[in-house]
Amino acid sequence: MSATGSPVTNVVMAGLGGQGVITASDILAEAALHAGLDVKKAEIHGMSQRGGLVSSDVRFGERVFSPMVPHGEADYLLLLAPTELAAVQGCLRPDGVVIGTDLVAPDDLPNKRSLNVALLGALSVYLALPQDLIRVAMLAALPEKLHATNEHAFALGREAALARRAAGG
Amino acid sequence: MNRQMNRQLLSGDEAVALAALHAGVSLGTGYPGTPSTEILETFFQLGGRAQWAPNEKVAMEVALGAAFAGGRALVTMKHVGLNVAADPLFTAAYTGVSGAMIVLTADDPGMSSSQNEQDNRRYAVAAGLPMVEPSDSQESYDFFLAAIDMSERWGIPVLFRMTTRVCHGKSVVVPHPETASAPPPPHFEHDLPDRVMIPAYARPAHLRLRAKLAEIAAWGETCDLNREVARVVAGGSVLGIVASGISVQHAAEAAPGASMLTLGLTYPLPVERIRRFAASVDRCVVLEEGDPVVADAVLAAGIPIEAKADMFRFGELDVARVRRILAHDMSPEATAPSGKAPELCPACPYHTVYNTLRKHDCIGSGDIGCYSLGVLPPYQVMDTLVDMGASIGVGLGLRHTLPPDQARRVVSIIGDSTFIHSGITGLVEMIYNPPPTGHVVIVLDNGTTAMTGQQEHPATGRTLEHTRTGQVSIEAVARALGIPSVTVLDPHDDPDGFERLLLERLAASELSVIVARRPCVLAAADIRRWELQATARVLPQLPDGACEPAGAAR
Repeated sequence: MSATGSPVTNVVMAGLGGQGVITASDILAEAALHAGLDVKKAEIHGMSQRGGLVSSDVRFGERVFSPMVPHGEADYLLLLAPTELAAVQGCLRPDGVVIGTDLVAPDDLPNKRSLNVALLGALSVYLALPQDLIRVAMLAALPEKLHATNEHAFALGREAALARRAAGG
Repeated sequence: MNRQMNRQLLSGDEAVALAALHAGVSLGTGYPGTPSTEILETFFQLGGRAQWAPNEKVAMEVALGAAFAGGRALVTMKHVGLNVAADPLFTAAYTGVSGAMIVLTADDPGMSSSQNEQDNRRYAVAAGLPMVEPSDSQESYDFFLAAIDMSERWGIPVLFRMTTRVCHGKSVVVPHPETASAPPPPHFEHDLPDRVMIPAYARPAHLRLRAKLAEIAAWGETCDLNREVARVVAGGSVLGIVASGISVQHAAEAAPGASMLTLGLTYPLPVERIRRFAASVDRCVVLEEGDPVVADAVLAAGIPIEAKADMFRFGELDVARVRRILAHDMSPEATAPSGKAPELCPACPYHTVYNTLRKHDCIGSGDIGCYSLGVLPPYQVMDTLVDMGASIGVGLGLRHTLPPDQARRVVSIIGDSTFIHSGITGLVEMIYNPPPTGHVVIVLDNGTTAMTGQQEHPATGRTLEHTRTGQVSIEAVARALGIPSVTVLDPHDDPDGFERLLLERLAASELSVIVARRPCVLAAADIRRWELQATARVLPQLPDGACEPAGAAR
């Protein structure tokens, strides 16, 4: 909850350098901006991009103050590298949701590099943001030649999350 | 203008670049350094004139010249860069400027990508320069415009301090270019007593500086860079928080019921305003990241406030730590489990070099860049790492002092951009005071400033905009200085040749420079593209030679 008592949605995205964590968090933050919400994001650039752990926090709601998701208050953890779970799971609140490669495996995608977008598609099922805003932000962030692959990945992620939800997960 | 239509999600760095454009900054200069690098890159992309300097000291001097000419100048650097530029900074406070000069320092509390967490608010006090500190991207934009006006009004350079979370955090910005003042046209007037700091002129200049600061302090008591939010809590005691920078945002979240005095002008401090604020609340806490700069100054003024416990001076603050400070909770903090550490890219050309150094148990005097990753397993070939260019000076000191069997194994390891930044004077020292065992300097030349995201530098021969310009040749500089053995080779293509050469040079009691040259794997494709673009432009023919005339083809 924010200072004014209205809910803030907290998303943490994590993976390894080069997996597209920053791109995915940029897309989500732009979508929240276009929904007319206040939005902030925070991440560490620099050395961590040489193959190490990269994480990015996205927060949106009526009013957001700190750009960093407080420890133990993330609603969703988007995890691109399962090996990093131990390092980042402390960000989640007790009933927080992990959206990871058990939902969409990289091998099931037409291009493994679209994993970030596939998991965004899965996340979109859980968010109050209109999914079209996320799709439009995704297309704006990527070169045109990658649009078809990523549209497909986004749809696969959504289907997987809807199926999990239907199964009561 | 429709505010809703004009909302943009910008990092603090991008917001500063946009404000610099709207303020008509005539020249942006600096040296790449996390988290400041994106400011000049964005300023160029938006259409501003931006250039990389060989180091922060030169950048500061170029910006000062631009501001002497009546222009609006911006110079950017990371916190440790201001150490390099401190010499001109302190005397620029005396000379003042004709136009505007913003000195942007990007501090790195918690050291996400730095070798120390020095608090550059100390520089404002030490040099006697006003300091402005934003807490998010909107303030980065707003305060930059305000800093330009302050600099012109008082004819003084203004320090603009950001931190990692403000630089790289993104938040909503509504730009308002219509409120930016118009830049005056550049013009030079002879004014020797103001600009020539011989002692006879510097003494009155120091008095002028202190008079300006007194005026700024009086103005700062009511200026809107400092803001107050009073909250009335029914029946309870009132908590007051004085905060600056990113701490403002953490505090607003951690203590929504508190009255807040947020400081955008952190030097000179609005002491009387803080005194009134502290008197208006039941409990007043000063929240700041890093050193207790504000707390010490406020306590020294006799204002009763609470400072944070010393354990919170280390690392970044966040909402949880602010809650702890407010609750006087000094119990040990859990350390987060670490994730996968960064490492050299699999195809990095430096693997060969580090394998060889490790195999022969060299003593590595290291330097700053992504090649610093040679300190981690499996290589661990960097035995020292201090500051930009230190590899050569420290390596020489080791050679002078160690017994010969160890001295002969000392190698200085320095990257191409770092060599240009601060390595050349190290070579001059090496020529002037050679150790009896000689010395070996390895320049790891990957053709880019890789660490900070592949920026150009003088040895690439391309400008910040990736267009062709004068090119400094590292090997020609070494030869011209009189290094007897200078060899260029590709260690990746010829690992055995590199090993033979290294052993030969270590055995010789001679001064040697080995330039290990192969493009960074992350930058190689871009470098090829920039080279093609640069060659496609019509170029005047340059004579063959080491150092092409600076700016010949711009």
